[in-house]
Amino acid sequence: MADEPTKPTQASLNKKAAQKTSYKPSGVSATGRKARSFAIRLWSVRHARTLEWFYAHFAELFLKLHPVWKAVGYERAEGPIKFIEKHAKGFLFDCRMCGQCALSSTGMSCPMNCPKQLRNGPCGGVRANGHCEVEPDMPCVWVQAWSGAQKMDGRDNILTVQKPVDQSLRETSSWLRVTATAAADREAALAEGAAQ
Amino acid sequence: MTQPDTNPHDPSALLEPLPGHSSLGRLERILRRGEFAVTAELNPPDSANPHDVYERAAIFDGWVDGINAVDASGANAHMSSVGICALLTRMGYASILQISCRDKNRIAIQGDVLGASAMGVQNVLCLTGDGVQAGDQPGAKPVFDLDSMSLLETIRIMRDNSKFLSGRKLTSPPTVFLGAAINPFAPPHDFRPHRLAKKIAAGAQFVQSQYCYDVPMMRAYMQQVRDMGLDQECFVMCGVGPLASARTAKWMRSNVPGVHIPDHIIKRLEGAEDQKKEGKQLCIDIINEVKEIEGISGIHVMAYRQEEFVAEIVHDSGVLKGRRPWRKEPNPVDQMVAERMEEILEEPKHMLHEMAGAAGDADAQD
Repeated sequence: MADEPTKPTQASLNKKAAQKTSYKPSGVSATGRKARSFAIRLWSVRHARTLEWFYAHFAELFLKLHPVWKAVGYERAEGPIKFIEKHAKGFLFDCRMCGQCALSSTGMSCPMNCPKQLRNGPCGGVRANGHCEVEPDMPCVWVQAWSGAQKMDGRDNILTVQKPVDQSLRETSSWLRVTATAAADREAALAEGAAQ
Repeated sequence: MTQPDTNPHDPSALLEPLPGHSSLGRLERILRRGEFAVTAELNPPDSANPHDVYERAAIFDGWVDGINAVDASGANAHMSSVGICALLTRMGYASILQISCRDKNRIAIQGDVLGASAMGVQNVLCLTGDGVQAGDQPGAKPVFDLDSMSLLETIRIMRDNSKFLSGRKLTSPPTVFLGAAINPFAPPHDFRPHRLAKKIAAGAQFVQSQYCYDVPMMRAYMQQVRDMGLDQECFVMCGVGPLASARTAKWMRSNVPGVHIPDHIIKRLEGAEDQKKEGKQLCIDIINEVKEIEGISGIHVMAYRQEEFVAEIVHDSGVLKGRRPWRKEPNPVDQMVAERMEEILEEPKHMLHEMAGAAGDADAQD
């Protein structure tokens, strides 16, 4: 028996009726993704262990520089540090400057590059070839994250439930925030030790 | 009138609270009793007429334990899930409110949860949602403020801690049974059970899966789930649905995100005399295989535009084992009111001006 033609749904009729825009540049993405080529992003995931090691030392150095930041003023350091962070992480991870970096728990694959900006794992729409449902030519960031996390020491970090993104921290430096928090924690611990 | 899980005072009202239950609904009771539950998905109407919802729900009457109200599924605009649920609870059905993160931010979602709960909704299913590119309005702005995980956690905090996400207090928390979705058929396959564990940690009490057409893959997934002990912490319901034809199957495979249909299924449909009937039989066969998998607590039937087959599928697969789910029965009070109304209408009417006129005529004749 020949295939029955599928009945048109209201949605498909609407789609047909909708006006086609006369001009749309090729390769435009509805989600405003940053990259056309994913080579560097994928390299970062492949070298997740190295980057994890590097970041651990880098964060330590930043914490050691805490007196400098304090002398300059965190507010005033924000501008130049943000500039460096944006471009360094933008180059390596296609960073979107959400201001609350989760790379250490997402296998060095930036979750903000997911068109749905998921921070807790892949959605159910991942294609069989491991590509994104929304952007068919982009490898799913969460499939990458899972493979990157397997290489890292903190491989179980990917299993913790992340809090929703605080949108008011967008376009701020995550490095300085982490340093300031760590310094405050350290001082609190010292104050507690002195009190005892 | 001896229906299971009914409030003795009012058949369509909420149930009395039970210890160990987080909601006042029927679905949670059935699952916690260890009975094999059946839920179905209601095709949301593109209309503002409540009777469209009632008609579509009546098809499932007496065959399902819960009715899913989808939240603009496939990113197509339809009647809202909160609206459908409010109508369903009016009729006494156990509705499952689906919330997707695509269209609403955390402010709107928390408000909707309170509103729905006030309308008597006892089950909430937290979804991420399809991307806007899948629907009829690809130019819409995708919100995705929360994801399914943080949505689960938000509602759990609202229910258990009686607080908004911001920490502001609720005077009366929503009593809801929290659900989530799973897709064991999409990569990365070894991450999927861990993702279920995360969802359970975030608050999921039951999960409904994507369409299952690949039983061996489901079995492998459930093996991992059992090894992690997750089937003890959460009720897993397997999504099933009839395929109308091989053509529909091919279309779904390439156009509906996250649906995995193996080639042998399509071959089986193509080889059949009556593809629609074969699709239904295939669905029954899958249910019969799936219900034997250890850790599966129920099925979720998504018979899009074939809702009339749900009763037959549920009956022929015998998953209810003779159990008869709650069904809408005419309320005795409503019947009394209707009878009284008829009586009143039949009674001779005392219209004062007519009586006065008649009296005047009688006077004139004298």
